Amino acid sequence: MKILVPVKRVIDYNVRPRVKPDGSGVDLANVKMSMNPFDEIAVEEAIRLREKGAATEIVAVSIGPAKAQETLRTALAMGADRAILVQCDDEVEPLAVAKILKGVVEEEQPGMVLMGKQAIDDDSNQTGQMLAALLGRPQGTFASKVEIEGDHVSVTREVDGGLETVRLAMPAVVTADLRLNEPRYASLPNIMKAKSKPLANKTPADYGVDTTPRLRVTHVGEPPVRQAGQKVGSVDELVEKLKALGVA
Amino acid sequence: MKTLVLVEHDNAVVKDATLATVTAAAKLGEVHLLVAGKGCRAVADAAAKIAGVGKVHLADDGAYEHQLAENVAPLVAGLMEHHDAFLAPATTTGKNIAPRVAALLDVMQVSEIIAVEGERTFKRPIYAGNAIATVESTDPKLVITVRGTAFDKAAAEGGSGSIEEVSGPGDAGLSSFVSLDAEASERPELTSARVIVSGGRALKDGETFQQLIIPLADKLNAAVGASRAAVDAGYVPNDYQVGQTGKIVAPEVYIAVGISGAIQHLAGMKDSKVIVAINKDEDAPIFQVADIGLVADLFQAVPELTAKL
Ligand SMILES: Cc1cc2nc3c(=O)[nH]c(=O)nc-3n(C[C@H](O)[C@H](O)[C@H](O)COP(=O)(O)OP(=O)(O)OC[C@H]3O[C@@H](n4cnc5c(N)ncnc54)[C@H](O)[C@@H]3O)c2cc1C
Repeated sequence: MKILVPVKRVIDYNVRPRVKPDGSGVDLANVKMSMNPFDEIAVEEAIRLREKGAATEIVAVSIGPAKAQETLRTALAMGADRAILVQCDDEVEPLAVAKILKGVVEEEQPGMVLMGKQAIDDDSNQTGQMLAALLGRPQGTFASKVEIEGDHVSVTREVDGGLETVRLAMPAVVTADLRLNEPRYASLPNIMKAKSKPLANKTPADYGVDTTPRLRVTHVGEPPVRQAGQKVGSVDELVEKLKALGVA
Repeated sequence: MKTLVLVEHDNAVVKDATLATVTAAAKLGEVHLLVAGKGCRAVADAAAKIAGVGKVHLADDGAYEHQLAENVAPLVAGLMEHHDAFLAPATTTGKNIAPRVAALLDVMQVSEIIAVEGERTFKRPIYAGNAIATVESTDPKLVITVRGTAFDKAAAEGGSGSIEEVSGPGDAGLSSFVSLDAEASERPELTSARVIVSGGRALKDGETFQQLIIPLADKLNAAVGASRAAVDAGYVPNDYQVGQTGKIVAPEVYIAVGISGAIQHLAGMKDSKVIVAINKDEDAPIFQVADIGLVADLFQAVPELTAKL
């Protein structure tokens, strides 16, 4: 079985995002960029499925600027076999990403698409569900466990009430949550090897997808800032404060 | 504008998350509800009483019992022929179903809105809440998820909506429900509690978490939350997690014990009215947002606090 793993280049999760003073967006100039953490987990899971013998080939795909090549090289260094960059210099919304991915799926015919449940920049949490809808295939979102059972996959999902398990017919789209696994670091020899793995270049037009945004972002601003309050010197003082708040 | 709101329920009762979504929908226009489930007539009856509700669509079918997105989304897409906007609570159920509906309608979803600014204009947090985007939809129909903490709850009583039975395509034959592993608890729910006590990595292990956090929460009649580190380490189950990828909460008082205050954690609780932090490191980032801070070793401070309350 082939697994397709979409990966996105985003601001590194350790960086504190800064809003541009003109309200046009978040300042990404000279900011450290990395693979979206949830996508890293998806890449790791695909590799583990291959190690268990459940998968034979892992194809990483990124929709983004030329620099997203670096993200794809990271996926290749972790263990993906080959990569596809669908180059798009402007921001692409989840719906358009899902449409491009549908084109890639039709070309590649994977048994599973394993991807992050959300990107930590726009926090949309949509692409996997949209892709599954466009393909008319099932979705296993917010996965904390993935087990292949013949032509079905059993997915344990992190839901508000606890853990839910669903059984999906394959091909299926699975989106990774944080506790699915802990991604490995790429070793130096694997980083070197990744440089010679195949990386194909495509454009949205190759898949006949119009990426014109449907949402107009009219302003990006700072959230209300919270001021640090006071420190209390003792537990007794804290008890006083809680009593004054009427909760104790 | 005619809106359709997905009612969150367990086939027996309407969940609170629905009420905030109704408030958001009412800002757009007429409010219709969808109750999709199995043997869920009582849910529809209760939903019809929510203040301001016009019509309740009831789809009672085994295919909808567990809210499988593969089955519910086509039902919603069908009903959207007669509605202009679909709104779902930004719960794991809503987040699972709404984007599937959006793609079926060829609409770009607006995720987790925190304000309605106009007929097609909304505010939503991005970058773990470090920026707020104002977005305007150019699609003919709207698909929206609603952050529950950002809108007041509509009154659960006082409405007199009519109930209309509807049917959809039923079972898509793509997926099936296997099990739900849920911990029954008498505690207030995280997303609707007045007070929350949350524990972090510093709690050491599950037993220590139980010994220190639970008695404090009991004294305050509080819900119990946790950081990702505490959940990852297995101190408590996943549904306790507060943050960018966990639950979004905004209680009157949030007490963070042994939590450093990473941006991903703050994303889930920084709209709390009062934040209290107990941490032994006076430079911990949590103190930058805390209204009341106590620099102390939690292993001494928490038992003392519990005893004195
Ligand atoms: C994509 C992504 C999503 C994430 N989503 C979330 C999320 O939803 N929610 C979330 O919480 N995190 C999330 N995280 C993780 C987050 O970055 C932090 O790693 C996590 O919140 C840290 O948890 P913590 O504060 O319990 O642990 P730590 O950061 O280790 O902090 C422990 C704190 O305890 C204090 N301490 C230690 N001993 C004592 C003592 N004896 N008495 C008092 N204080 C003590 C320390 O000073 C420290 O401040 C996410 C990370 C990523 C990459």
